[in-house]
Amino acid sequence: MSDFVGGFWSAYVALLTLISVVACGVFLWMQGRAKHSAGKTMGHVWDEDLEEFNNPMPNWWRWLFYITVFYSLGYLVVYPGLGSYKGTFGWSSAGEYNTELAEGEATYGKIFKAYLQQDLQTVAGDEKARQMGERLFVNYCAQCHGANAKGSPGYPNLTDADWKWGGDPATIKTTIMDGRNGIMPPFAHLGPEVIKDLANYVRSLSGLPADAARVARGKESFVTAGCVACHGADAKGNVAMGAPNLTDKIWLFGSSEQIIVDTITKGRNQIMPAHKDFLGEAKVHLLAAYVWGLSNKPAAAAGK
Amino acid sequence: MQSQPTYNYKVVRQFAVMTVVWGIVGMLVGVIIAAQLIWPELNAVEWLGYGRLRPLHTNAVIFAFGGCALFATSYYSAQRTCHTPLFAPALAAFTFWGWQAVIVLAAVTLPLGYTSGKEYAELEWPIDILITVVWVSYAIVFFGTLVKRKTSHIYVSNWFFGGYILTVAILHLVNSAASPVSFWPMKSYSAYAGVQDAMVQWWYGHNAVGFFLTAGFLGIMYYFVPKQAGRPIYSYRLSVVHFWALIFTYMWAGPHHLHYTALPDWTQSLGMIFSLILLAPSWGGMINGIMTLSGAWHKLRDDPILKFLITSLSFYGMSTFEGPMMSIKTVNALSHYTDWTIGHVHSGALGWVAMVSIGAIYYLIPRLFGKAEMYSVRLINTHFWIATIGIVLYIAAMWIAGVMQGLMWRDFNVDGTLKYSFIESVKATYPFYTIRLLGGVLFLAGMLLMAYNVWKTMASGKAVDALVLAPAAQHA
Repeated sequence: MSDFVGGFWSAYVALLTLISVVACGVFLWMQGRAKHSAGKTMGHVWDEDLEEFNNPMPNWWRWLFYITVFYSLGYLVVYPGLGSYKGTFGWSSAGEYNTELAEGEATYGKIFKAYLQQDLQTVAGDEKARQMGERLFVNYCAQCHGANAKGSPGYPNLTDADWKWGGDPATIKTTIMDGRNGIMPPFAHLGPEVIKDLANYVRSLSGLPADAARVARGKESFVTAGCVACHGADAKGNVAMGAPNLTDKIWLFGSSEQIIVDTITKGRNQIMPAHKDFLGEAKVHLLAAYVWGLSNKPAAAAGK
Repeated sequence: MQSQPTYNYKVVRQFAVMTVVWGIVGMLVGVIIAAQLIWPELNAVEWLGYGRLRPLHTNAVIFAFGGCALFATSYYSAQRTCHTPLFAPALAAFTFWGWQAVIVLAAVTLPLGYTSGKEYAELEWPIDILITVVWVSYAIVFFGTLVKRKTSHIYVSNWFFGGYILTVAILHLVNSAASPVSFWPMKSYSAYAGVQDAMVQWWYGHNAVGFFLTAGFLGIMYYFVPKQAGRPIYSYRLSVVHFWALIFTYMWAGPHHLHYTALPDWTQSLGMIFSLILLAPSWGGMINGIMTLSGAWHKLRDDPILKFLITSLSFYGMSTFEGPMMSIKTVNALSHYTDWTIGHVHSGALGWVAMVSIGAIYYLIPRLFGKAEMYSVRLINTHFWIATIGIVLYIAAMWIAGVMQGLMWRDFNVDGTLKYSFIESVKATYPFYTIRLLGGVLFLAGMLLMAYNVWKTMASGKAVDALVLAPAAQHA
């Protein structure tokens, strides 16, 4: 691949390259012909005793130099290097990538595709599929959700029964395929006092210690400020929009008053990237089954 | 009341002493971040976290330690080989204080989190401007001294120093070009975007290695090796060819840092072939240095300064062989992003740059303070062995770790999934991080011995400025 927009710069850089490589060899050849007298100095003295012998360049060194020059010229014939010239091998990094990808698909694709026909709960009960799912998980999901899938602040725990977007197998698959973007808007306009009231109220929902007066005021603000629109009047959340249940003692960012105040003040923008194009449906199918199996007893396993 | 002019040793003394000081500081930071990789809980405060200290380490060892060594040795050898005191002594004094100011500003702003995000060029734009002013002053002092030289020919060490000063100026100006946004907090945006920014960055980055850490230190080698060995340079012709070939081909080698990226294939190919062509020109310097000792090999036995200098050339030869090999795309596919790169850099940085600087400083200190030799020659010898063992532990650990990581990352299961998760390769690296830390601690310990030795030599001597010598009568 090259990014030349016209022929001129391609020709310019190709010519410059060729001249430069050849010039290295020519320069070496010319200097190799210079007169020398081994063991004698050049006749100049600096700083009392600094002198230079007029020894020739070592032959093995000159040949090493020549070999690299000739090798480079050969390389430029067969590989891309001279402007937009593609080289006789027709090699390109994008081409190599696509070839390897196609080879990988040809070799391994059917292994994954075999499970695509089965429904997710069946796949989850298949030990071999579970192992493949786990390997996929530690390579593609562990960066955020952790190798043990227990998450970290801001990244949900996938081993419990709590689901922001729903925990049935098909929904999990949709989440991985298309990604999710959960947005909680900032409520800084409410002012610090109201926000503190709300934080105390939210804490009280999970039975955490909270200021009673603030809880009472916060309960009202929860309605008037519009929190109910997403989290619901009972604060149990809404899986349709990824609004978390605030009453279940499960905290995505932390339960301290300060963290809740931060969340309300600045809002949150939660992004889970889409994996459809990147992994393909067959691998996502295995992953969804694996993730579902982390918190559910798959049918086959239950039967044992 | 001296009637005869003397060389300007004051600025040399200042830079020589600060070389030792900044060497200890920079390597101490290196030891700290090496420890942070083993014990992540050492990242206790944000401004002393790995992400902030790592650029401080690289800047401190390259530009503070290496830079002071280059200033000291180039000022010393330029005046002596030109047989004239430094041109513009006031400007020379300014380069000392200006450079120290740059270093101190770096030591404050990098931990505070001010960075342009460009590797080895992290300092923000106001400091970049100060660097430019100091560097132009350096060029005026250096080339001014060459202009008023009393000899007809320019000695080879000055070619390399000249090449390094000129090129570093260009590299710095082009790579640091940015649009300033605000003075405080310091913020700017690079003048380049996307893959072009990456290409400019690595054109700079690799030439920082090629000109700052190679050409400059070859300047040191060409003065101090023949001086300490008491022998003429092995081959004038080799000097000529490897000098021009080195400065010409280094300029093309940067793209090998961007193999298998969005950089166009043709650019990657050029980076690779010119890196291969670079092998012979690099080795030219090693051959010329080591062969200078031919006929005087016995001196290596009991002269620890010469041991430092010659060992540095061996490491130089080794890392300039390793570099072209790593630039080959197939090798790079394995080595890139692994700790092998870190090992490669340190075989050059500790083995070549630090050792040749240490040898040169041990040569300089007694001469600058009116002594026949260092306070303790035995301590130099001890330093040499501690440092050598430290380097070997360091680079061997990183080689093994790097190849292991590369192999783990490309290992597949029967179903085509990756066999190891990234974290497993991190876990497997722990023992090697520990060996690396040990190597780094040894190298730092050697520097502390050096500081003690330098201190004792200075305490028992007094600052002297040697008389300017008339050039020897030229024959032929």
